[in-house]
Amino acid sequence: MSSPASTPSRRGGKRGRGSNPPTPQDARSPPSQKRRADDSTSTGDLQPMPTSPPADVQSPGAPEALFSSPAQFHHSAIPLDFDISSPLTYGTPSSRVEGTPRSGVRGTPVRQRPDLGSVRKARQVDLHSDGVAEDVTTEQSLGQKLVIWGTDVNVASCKEKFQRFLQRFIDPVAKEDEDIGLDLNEPRYMQRLAEINMVGEPFLNVNCEHLRSFDENLYRQLICYPQEVIPTFDMAANEIFFDRYPDSILEHQIQVRPYNALKTRNMRNLNPEDIDQLITISGMVIRSSQLIPEMQEAFFKCQVCAFTTRVEIDRGRIAEPSVCKNCNTMHSMALIHNRSMFSDKQMIKLQESPEDMPAGQTPYTVVLFAHNDLVDKVQPGDRINVTGIYRAVPVRLNPRVSNVRSVYKTHVDVIHYRKTDSKRLHGVDEETERKMFTEERVELLKELSKKPDIYERLCYALAPSIYEHEDIKKGILLQLLGGSRKDFTHTGRGNFRAEINILLCGDPGTSKSQLLQYVYNLVPRGQYTSGGGSSAVGLTAYVMKDPETRQLVLQTGALVLSDNGICCIDEFDKMNESTRSVLHEVMEQQTLSIAKAGIICQLNARTSILAAANPIESQWNPKKTTIENIQLPHTLLSRFDLIFLMLDPRDEAYDRRLARHLVSLYYHSEEKMEEEYMDMAILRDYIAYARSYISPRLGEEASQALIEAYVDMRKIGSCRGMVSAYPRQLESLIRLAEAHAKVRFSEKVETVDVEEAKRLHREALKQSATDPRTGIVDISILTTGMSTTARKRKEELAQALKKLIQSKGKTPALKYQQLFDDIRAQSEAAITKEMFEEALRALADDDFLTVTGKTVRLL
Amino acid sequence: MPCVADWLNNPFSIVQGIFAQNVPNSEWEKKVTEYFKEKLKENNATNWVPSLNDVPVHYLKPNSLVKFRCMVQDMFDPEFYMGVYETVDPNTNARVLHFGKYRDVAECGPQQEIDLNSSQTVTLERQTFYCVPVPGESAWVKEISFLPELVASQARVSPSTSYTPSRHKRSYEEDEDMDLHPSKQKEQHMGSGGEIHGCVEPKRLETEASVGHHLISPNCSPPLDLNFPLPGEKGPACLVKVYESWDSFKVNDVLEVYGILSVDPVLSIVNNEEREGSALDPMECMDTAEEQRVHSPPPSLVPRIHVILAQKLQHINPLLPACLNEEESKTFVSNFMSELSPVRAELLGFLTHALLGDSLAAEYLILHLISTVYARRDVLPLGKFTVNLSGCPRNSIFTEHIYRIIQQLVPASYRLQMTVENMNHARFIPHKDYTANRLVSGVLQLASNTSLVIDETQLEQGQLDTTGVHNVTALGNLITWQKVDYDFNYHQMEFPCNINVLITSEGRSLLPSDCQVHLQPQIIPPNMEEYMSSLLTAVLPSVLNKFRIYLSLLRLLDYSISEEVTKAVEEDFVEMRKNDPESITADDLHKTLLVARFLSLSAGQTTLSRERWLRAKQLEALRKGRLQQQKCVNGNEL
Repeated sequence: MSSPASTPSRRGGKRGRGSNPPTPQDARSPPSQKRRADDSTSTGDLQPMPTSPPADVQSPGAPEALFSSPAQFHHSAIPLDFDISSPLTYGTPSSRVEGTPRSGVRGTPVRQRPDLGSVRKARQVDLHSDGVAEDVTTEQSLGQKLVIWGTDVNVASCKEKFQRFLQRFIDPVAKEDEDIGLDLNEPRYMQRLAEINMVGEPFLNVNCEHLRSFDENLYRQLICYPQEVIPTFDMAANEIFFDRYPDSILEHQIQVRPYNALKTRNMRNLNPEDIDQLITISGMVIRSSQLIPEMQEAFFKCQVCAFTTRVEIDRGRIAEPSVCKNCNTMHSMALIHNRSMFSDKQMIKLQESPEDMPAGQTPYTVVLFAHNDLVDKVQPGDRINVTGIYRAVPVRLNPRVSNVRSVYKTHVDVIHYRKTDSKRLHGVDEETERKMFTEERVELLKELSKKPDIYERLCYALAPSIYEHEDIKKGILLQLLGGSRKDFTHTGRGNFRAEINILLCGDPGTSKSQLLQYVYNLVPRGQYTSGGGSSAVGLTAYVMKDPETRQLVLQTGALVLSDNGICCIDEFDKMNESTRSVLHEVMEQQTLSIAKAGIICQLNARTSILAAANPIESQWNPKKTTIENIQLPHTLLSRFDLIFLMLDPRDEAYDRRLARHLVSLYYHSEEKMEEEYMDMAILRDYIAYARSYISPRLGEEASQALIEAYVDMRKIGSCRGMVSAYPRQLESLIRLAEAHAKVRFSEKVETVDVEEAKRLHREALKQSATDPRTGIVDISILTTGMSTTARKRKEELAQALKKLIQSKGKTPALKYQQLFDDIRAQSEAAITKEMFEEALRALADDDFLTVTGKTVRLL
Repeated sequence: MPCVADWLNNPFSIVQGIFAQNVPNSEWEKKVTEYFKEKLKENNATNWVPSLNDVPVHYLKPNSLVKFRCMVQDMFDPEFYMGVYETVDPNTNARVLHFGKYRDVAECGPQQEIDLNSSQTVTLERQTFYCVPVPGESAWVKEISFLPELVASQARVSPSTSYTPSRHKRSYEEDEDMDLHPSKQKEQHMGSGGEIHGCVEPKRLETEASVGHHLISPNCSPPLDLNFPLPGEKGPACLVKVYESWDSFKVNDVLEVYGILSVDPVLSIVNNEEREGSALDPMECMDTAEEQRVHSPPPSLVPRIHVILAQKLQHINPLLPACLNEEESKTFVSNFMSELSPVRAELLGFLTHALLGDSLAAEYLILHLISTVYARRDVLPLGKFTVNLSGCPRNSIFTEHIYRIIQQLVPASYRLQMTVENMNHARFIPHKDYTANRLVSGVLQLASNTSLVIDETQLEQGQLDTTGVHNVTALGNLITWQKVDYDFNYHQMEFPCNINVLITSEGRSLLPSDCQVHLQPQIIPPNMEEYMSSLLTAVLPSVLNKFRIYLSLLRLLDYSISEEVTKAVEEDFVEMRKNDPESITADDLHKTLLVARFLSLSAGQTTLSRERWLRAKQLEALRKGRLQQQKCVNGNEL
């Protein structure tokens, strides 16, 4: 019964040996592999196997008849090419081999690895179970130089090498977050095994990068022949484990899961050469199927004599025994479903992540098959890195027609998942987020950073189509780089904000939106929203019912999505009150608290905000303060590090330059433009590199300079009896200085950085916090929403009103309108109703009077 | 002509020949492309190849060489196929090598089996594009493209092709017509859209009948959505299999492909009985039913083309040589340029009449029609020139006729009626359907240089729902940034586009625009319908063709500004700002430069001269003056 099923592979095996000596193969698709891929399905095409047991009962002889001749061929072939050294023997899965000698010791059950595919099983069926152990022992005792059929893998040496790897590998630069709690000077994977012993999860994740640095050849074998090598690894790991922890009880034997194979990162690069190799690709899950129970072992019972037998699945099909071995009755065996063994399987569709896609093309998708405990590990929408074996299977058109569609279907058998976005929600992700730069690129960037005018260059490269506004561009450049992240959690203050927020306000048509669009296009994780078109929920998060699962799910909004990026908000002033209030928390604490529909959580929103606002009167009124012009609450304004006014400068030299610039736009060809300016790609890389690799610290001198700058700022105010700087401004200065140090790729903040930070801060202040009535820079416009002079005037009015009331004598109540008219008559300056009411409120706060409706009562 | 018939009717025999000579090295693939390239270069050879745009699929011979002019609507995943495979005869054990390229089905003889384990098997990769005919392609493009072909096919190929019976009569007629009064024939076609349809319709009906029949026949599955961007489009959609450099093609590119037609009925796997059988096969159930329907539609509906040669088209105007860089096309260009100014004058006159005697609006309309996005500076598209033609009479057929005229002038166009209902229900933005795994098209998925005429006069009071708001935003983005954000459910993806948008509205449009021209009709014709339709019939077809060449050609010209003129412009700007800073902003300068660019180009000049600059300023001043005036009028009214 087993021989017919196994024949094709045996046949293939023989031919394969003839044409392809098992030598190390180059990167070109090894023919043997291709052949093996065909192998795995050859039965599927040649042999119309029963799709369900009853069908088979009706046509029992079919498989036998079909394969009678190949079977003979097979037997005759044995003496020719199947001797004791046949690699087929080692093809048997380690787990099974493992089971035999070990089971006596531990009795840990073996679990099949459907992720490693069915070819392996095909070979496994070749040998009768009793033969397995014998062969292995003989081989081990002989210690011959043997390789697995079609590969250059020698089981014994491979196993030994891997054991050495496990026992000796020490990670020189451990960075992964999983490493918490590991002693870096001890062999890393031995600690992992200890962990398995304690936790009882029998999976050993192995970073291929580690393996590569340890043994290049072993790594290559793993990549090229995962199907053969991984079981060997399993075997090796289990031997070590049960040597060490003989008393450990595991659910099943340890399975090794390699990840982070360097073979393929991008779905677009997959090609026929990757078939049957270990690959790692990243992408986004777009659909996952329901659980598919896949039969692993069928249980048959004879209807006549109740004799039972088990049949293992072979390449997706069960060979139903047509004759009962016990009573020799034909077609008496019936499948007993609930005694058969099933394993879980799930189909998942993975789509290329948007970042990997070339412009103007649609994303690719790849089908994944997850098995056993990897089922339901990922949900649609998850960003994952998948390590698995790439497979190609021919498509059959019609079982009755011999023509085959000349197309293969491809999928990946998943061995390991790694979610890339789950970490974003908790923990520092700088390490994993680090973009891969090639050596040359880094060299180029470093070269650039040494240029004395790099700051100006970068600033020039930023949105070159927008003319002038250099300070604003510098500000945005610093915002893109951000400050250094500081952690004060242990002193109880939590994280300090490293992100720089910028508000642009000014006349319409001064290319604010264009700047925002540019920034949004420049940064990898940018979000662009418009104040009018976004609601509080759109910015934060909302709970909705998933149409498929009918469960409540939290959908994140723009602010959360731009975590570690920039959120560009256009028409900030058009945003309604409740939406804006959400920003308070985000802009200082960098978190978002949500309490809705039974979901209470706090999400990270470490985003820089670049907002643009139009003045309320559509044209900027130079006679009014910023607050009055844009009508934003000062609590929000004070959270912006820099507030810039974008006004039409109206001076001749500027006009001239502008005209020249614009004219050049209209005839320069595209190539010329690229020469002239720094490439957007370089700028992007520069920023990405500086963001992730440089985190400057304050130097001694710089600290002094900062202190002085702050004290100076306070002093300016204090001599005129007002405060012109708050700690928040100091923090802003520090952030700006740090960002400026990043421009130079400097790990230390120096005085020049502080100087530039001061200059920029002052520029921004000069533009936005100048009291239009006095012409003096007054930070309190931003912090309290009112200039000091305005506040003084308000107090004077309250006093005048108080005097007026007191002068009226001991009347318990006054008419509101009467009082208003009186004070207007008395005062020289025009008094508006609002001012009057404010004064009344101030007096009421002093418990001098109360206002009820239209009357004012004295207390 | 046996040789012609051979490579045309049975390209496989050629490929087989080359394959047999060169096996086992992979040189043969290159040789095949070269062979066909050479063949197609021969005089008028391209015209002998039947086109899928013109001939219904069921009249074409399977496995013959066809051509197809199309737009890439969606890209499917690349597929692996057997590049070379071996068949074996179980009786004699004879082995034969075959090539799998340009085939959907690995064929083998009745007595043979495919040896899937053969070491000779080579796996290769190819890419599938889902292509649709160029959306909004004007009827005249089709008519002119296939006129010479008719002659050719009649004379040479048709005896061997199977579509003769139904074609014969028409071709015959046309032949005669063409010979006797070539201009009259064309005139008839140009004369009214209805007649063109009249010609095409019977054939179409036939197609549809067969299509309908197919769908109703065995399993009554719902009709397949062929995913055309524009509603009411007809024509075959096609799965185009590309074998090389598919990375260079992008979604929305317009291609002309030459390839082998494959309509093997076994390709359609949607057969209930079979599906049930295969449902238990774990390998088969990885795709949903929808996905299978979309990715393997019945070939009678969506034929496959295995591409031998593919080229991106700069334009689809059949009156122009396909590639303007070649030597012979240069003479064509220079010839045409020499008689440019009378053409321009005539076109201006024609458009002036169409715009009820408003020559300023006509001038701007010309500028608009030759505008194209020639570059992008970071996010800013340069060269877009969206015109808002305001002051159009409401509820009249005026806008409809304006569109009809534009349709006669440009190769591809679409009229979008901006009614509340349309905005709320139409699908504007293409979105990804993950169940069927395809990009469901939307109105805004258009090829480059398509004219989109938005008719805002149709807008009435009402409420836009969420879709409506999204659609309006998408239109706004399209106009301002020349990009459409395709909806991929979990994220959005930006697709740059190059679409000429003309907005006709009563007052100022609610959509952004680069320049608003208020229409000032000089004549109010008593019968608009009659007036407008007489306009089109009055134009000689030869003149109309000149207009078409004019508009398509000028779009492709280069342009520059000399240092001297730059200086002058600079001076001008500074001067104007000095007198009154409010009078001209950077934005206005942008616009004036844009007008100057297109004004120069429209006169066939590739550099800006001082006179043109002044003329551009003058035009802008006139246009602004009108808007000012309009504002006053409106103010009084209010």
